Amino acid sequence: MIIEGKQKIWADYQKDIPDDHYFYVRSCIRQAFWPGSEVTFLDITRNKLGKDFYENPYHTTCGGIAYHSDTIPQETAMTIIARQFALMKESGYENYVCSCITSFGCYTETLETWHEYPELEAKIRQYLWDSCKKEFAKPKYLAHASDLIYKFRFDIAKQMKFPLVNVKTGKPLKCVEHIGCHYSKMFPSKGFGGAEYPHVLVGMIEAWGGEVIDYPERRHCCGFGFRQYFVQANRGYSESNTYKKFESMEPYEPDLIITNCPGCPYFLDRWQYVIAEQTGKTYGKNGYGIPALTYEEVAGLVMGYDPWDLGLQMHQVAIEPLLEKMGIPYDPKKKYQGVNGKDLGQPMCPSCIKSV
Amino acid sequence: MKENILIIGGGAAGMEAATQLKKLGLTPIIIEKSDALGGHIAQWDRLFPAFHPAKDVVAPMLESVKGIDVLLNTEVNDIQCDADGFKAVLTNGKTIDAKAVVLATGFDLFKAERKQEYGYGIYNNVITSLELEKFFRTGKDERINNPKKIGFVHCVGARDVKVGNTYCSKVCCTTALKQACEMKEVFPNAEVYTFYMDLRMFGPGYEDLYLKTQRDFDVKCIRGRVCEVSENMDGRLVIKAEDTLFGKPLKMTLDLLVLMCSMEKNKSIDKIQQQLGVANNSDGFMQNRDMYLGMNGTAKDGVFVAGTCTAPKSLPDTIAEARSVAVEVFNYINNK
Amino acid sequence: MDFGFCLSPSSHVQMDKIDLATFNRLKETNPDINTCIACGSCTATCTAGNFTEMSFRRILLMLQRGKEDEAKKMIQRCMLCGKCTLVCPRGINIRKILLDITR
Repeated sequence: MIIEGKQKIWADYQKDIPDDHYFYVRSCIRQAFWPGSEVTFLDITRNKLGKDFYENPYHTTCGGIAYHSDTIPQETAMTIIARQFALMKESGYENYVCSCITSFGCYTETLETWHEYPELEAKIRQYLWDSCKKEFAKPKYLAHASDLIYKFRFDIAKQMKFPLVNVKTGKPLKCVEHIGCHYSKMFPSKGFGGAEYPHVLVGMIEAWGGEVIDYPERRHCCGFGFRQYFVQANRGYSESNTYKKFESMEPYEPDLIITNCPGCPYFLDRWQYVIAEQTGKTYGKNGYGIPALTYEEVAGLVMGYDPWDLGLQMHQVAIEPLLEKMGIPYDPKKKYQGVNGKDLGQPMCPSCIKSV
Repeated sequence: MKENILIIGGGAAGMEAATQLKKLGLTPIIIEKSDALGGHIAQWDRLFPAFHPAKDVVAPMLESVKGIDVLLNTEVNDIQCDADGFKAVLTNGKTIDAKAVVLATGFDLFKAERKQEYGYGIYNNVITSLELEKFFRTGKDERINNPKKIGFVHCVGARDVKVGNTYCSKVCCTTALKQACEMKEVFPNAEVYTFYMDLRMFGPGYEDLYLKTQRDFDVKCIRGRVCEVSENMDGRLVIKAEDTLFGKPLKMTLDLLVLMCSMEKNKSIDKIQQQLGVANNSDGFMQNRDMYLGMNGTAKDGVFVAGTCTAPKSLPDTIAEARSVAVEVFNYINNK
Repeated sequence: MDFGFCLSPSSHVQMDKIDLATFNRLKETNPDINTCIACGSCTATCTAGNFTEMSFRRILLMLQRGKEDEAKKMIQRCMLCGKCTLVCPRGINIRKILLDITR
């Protein structure tokens, strides 16, 4: 591997986005899958870095899941998106940042399509007026939330309490980075680092002391693929794609996986249990899996947030071995306590993959 | 005043055109930007289809330009045209008056790192066709370490709308087969694969080379384009392609991957070309007057073209054009 | 309850793992076997190929992609009429190769 070759590409694929004053929109499914991630993003940006990130309670789904599952046409999805842009305008913002990669892909695709076909933009403008009596303005800058954490990675590093380093060996943790397909595969220039060697997560890993693993199936999709998972008959494809990735990364003995998409960490996490159930195989050490985290969770960990406040108990793959490697203190008794110390009850734990 | 003919470019086309012009009684002057004559072909070891040593072609060409004015490490800075002809200001400060200009500026090799998915400049064992040719000449390349499995990728930077080159680069197919055979000669126990979209064996003896490649050298030609290259734990390359004849995707581990880089127009001449009023064609090469009877002419009287500045060409094609441009220039001067 | 979870085998041909013994054995006595350009003349003219999957060019590929069992199964369709050998532009002695594969 010649790192200078990648650095050349990373230098070519830098996008110009401001570092403050954003209209922030959440993801539909991330709040259910990883409830700590978006909260942590807002806490880091607003309270730790002092930036202005505004949320509007009237924001809805971007329609991406329905669009990618072929249940709504593109014009409907575009009208939903136009409504979000109208909310941004009404709130007095020009910069738009979304938490979801699918949304980011839909927003990018919509803006590019309107650029190529202005008559379609005019049509959507009319649709939005007819349906909601709203008018939208296109964002001046569109970013994915991971772009901002990438941009702030050195500021975060300054406040870092637990770098991505194994405290017992002193060696950097081996990190797999997994990028959501719709981050840059459709529009390489819209992602930090492009599509073949994205830098958005690599940059965070490097800034926080970890070591990046480049394994043969790095560029492969996690297998979520909407229609793959949502259609019962296709679920085998979803699982098989994840399996392909784990088989490929296994020899590198990764300590963790960092992702920037709602679906990827979910499937990279949960399928490890299903694969263990079906084949008896686990990919971590001593019967554990490999933790698949969101970039906000990783940012939170290195900044010293409490793991249970980050929602890491929501992961199928046990997080404790990683916490111990990083030397992060945690209270096992609090794992299943909600806010205010309320007992949430303990989930059933499988025996094929270690859960604690 | 002598009938000076300014030849820009000292590769095969420029040298051969100069030789012929001199024989026709004119005074050619070769301007070459590098420190030696010979152009790309001087960097080549052997030529397809019959493994003819390139130096056996280059040496007589160099011999025949002896006595002709050659300015090395020199470029044209500025060129103006009036009723008397052309006035070129060179980078060495000198000015040359000429009755006609021959653009023999050749090509640039496609920069392989632009096809990011192939990992040139990132993965150690990905090399270019030119680098392999240098290995054949010198026997030295630390990346070539008794490889057991070798792959060749055709059409790198050609027939590819993603890099803006939709044209066929013409010579890479035959070069790939030639180099594949040569690798089998150097490493008889290696398995050699070529990944092609179409194999375009357009010249005499080329199809015979293809047959020899398959039958005698046991090179395996797979119809399908490599779409992704990565590195495994041992630093070997993992490639993905589809075997389109078999109808299935295919994965393979290789020790060496050779990228058959296309020809692109040599852009260092763009400014002078503009001053002369010679446009580019849709492939980005120089536009000649027409492709049949006016292949050496341009839209501008007194400005001629020869060789790969107008399109990818083989060496025999280039030499033929260089000879024909000499006749064209001769007729132009005599009919003035 | 069936959630539809299953591991499908990859459809990738794993070139690192295939056994080329049969193909290499054939190559020793039939060096022309390598020169097939998949023009499809053999398949187009094949008596059996007009009614079944039989395709000599595919048999050659199967042998080179680790699908020997499939190739041997396909060969059973052949009626040894010799038309494929007659039309092959590369002059491959197909009839002999078919016999050699099963030998």
